[in-house]
Amino acid sequence: MDKQTYADMVKAASPPTAVFGNCVRAFFVGGGICVLGQVLHDAFLGTGLARDDAGLVTAAVLILLAVLLTALGVYEKIGKFAGAGSIVPITGFANSVAAPAIEHKKEGLVLGVGAKMFVIAGPVLIYGIMASVVVGLVYYFVGGGS
Amino acid sequence: MSLKFVGEASVRFASPPSILTAAAVVGPKEGEGPLRDYFDVVSQDVKFGKETWEQAESEMVRQAIELAVKKAGLTTQDIQYILAGDLLNQNSGSVYGVRSFGRPFFGLFGACSAMGESMCLGAMLLDGGFGEYVIAAASSHFCGAEKTFRFPLELGTQRAPTASWTVTGDGAVVLAAKGTGPYIKTATIGAVVDMGVKDANNMGAAMAPAAADVILKHFRDLDLTPDYYDVIATGDLGEVGSNLLVKLIQQDGYDIKARHVDCGLLIFDQQAQDVHAGGSGCGCSAATFAGYFYAKLKKGEIKRMLFVPTGALHSVVTVQQGESIPAIAHAVGIAGE
Repeated sequence: MDKQTYADMVKAASPPTAVFGNCVRAFFVGGGICVLGQVLHDAFLGTGLARDDAGLVTAAVLILLAVLLTALGVYEKIGKFAGAGSIVPITGFANSVAAPAIEHKKEGLVLGVGAKMFVIAGPVLIYGIMASVVVGLVYYFVGGGS
Repeated sequence: MSLKFVGEASVRFASPPSILTAAAVVGPKEGEGPLRDYFDVVSQDVKFGKETWEQAESEMVRQAIELAVKKAGLTTQDIQYILAGDLLNQNSGSVYGVRSFGRPFFGLFGACSAMGESMCLGAMLLDGGFGEYVIAAASSHFCGAEKTFRFPLELGTQRAPTASWTVTGDGAVVLAAKGTGPYIKTATIGAVVDMGVKDANNMGAAMAPAAADVILKHFRDLDLTPDYYDVIATGDLGEVGSNLLVKLIQQDGYDIKARHVDCGLLIFDQQAQDVHAGGSGCGCSAATFAGYFYAKLKKGEIKRMLFVPTGALHSVVTVQQGESIPAIAHAVGIAGE
């Protein structure tokens, strides 16, 4: 049997991912996290914080919540249910940093926690920052930035 | 060529070694599964009282070996060789597990086929006259395997429907040159087979061709048909791999559907325990054999079985480099008398 014939057999035998159901769950959980962020943001604005500061504090609170839930083993369960819905918001980023930090604690603070903490988030940071640099350059030359 | 080597890849033992005793040590999730009553030790603590998952795996190895030896009325000093394998880097699960015994040790790597590998080689050592008693063992730990091969446990991700769940468990058997049944009568040694599957979340599909290859060679080399065996038990093909295996073997004119079971589908309740395609890992076939099948063989409920642990031989690095997943399976022909 050639590899292509077998690949077709494998495809036919493997159950597909439930894309529609996953999308619906991701939409509602992801949306829910964003609504929570908006509620927090408005509440901070209500306390008299400036708009930028309210945004920063909102992000900090969401990160704190996500890290707490990760440590309590709850975020993993949310993620299993919601998929991209809990990966895409800032809470997902916090989870992706906290999870390997917890996992590798036994290998020490330097080579374990320190070195492994960004094993998943690292690529996001690298390419996110690179993309922002590219967009910034384009904006500088084309968008009339000064 | 030696008379014991038959056909393309098989061995027929002149004095079939006895599987004298067996012991299975498993974790809490396995203890909630359908085979719970067959395991010797079910720990409620996934760390087995230790600090790390790696230490926990080694503790399972130690406990299972000690228990199997004790059941045989022996001490580890009576054992000439310990053969053991696992999934951790540098076989550390086995190495640290046997560290306190001070006995001759062969660390084996065959990924999840390790129990088949250790039983084949152990039987060869005994039939070759190189000892009286051999330990064959294999282990895996869910958390350690996730850490080695996949993502941190607390990372909020979804598993693919074709993914399997690594068994936390160890199975160990004492093989003896002379003793009561069941006996290892024959073995077929697997070759590395790679049909180009690249999806590390579908290891059943990657391993099915290796299992088919070794089972077909076993039939041809030893001139057997599937109905010779009461049970043909693969290691951890799971649902996807099992279906593929039956189809692959059908294409060569053999029908194993009525005889085939997969340890990965026996050890967990696939739906209730949310294990997707089924159980996997070295401990899957090892604990299922040492617990469940050994008891059935001993009672005579199974008279003859072909035990076929299956292993996916990729590493994290090779998969990241875009390589496909090579696989292997070894077939061990066991009979009650």
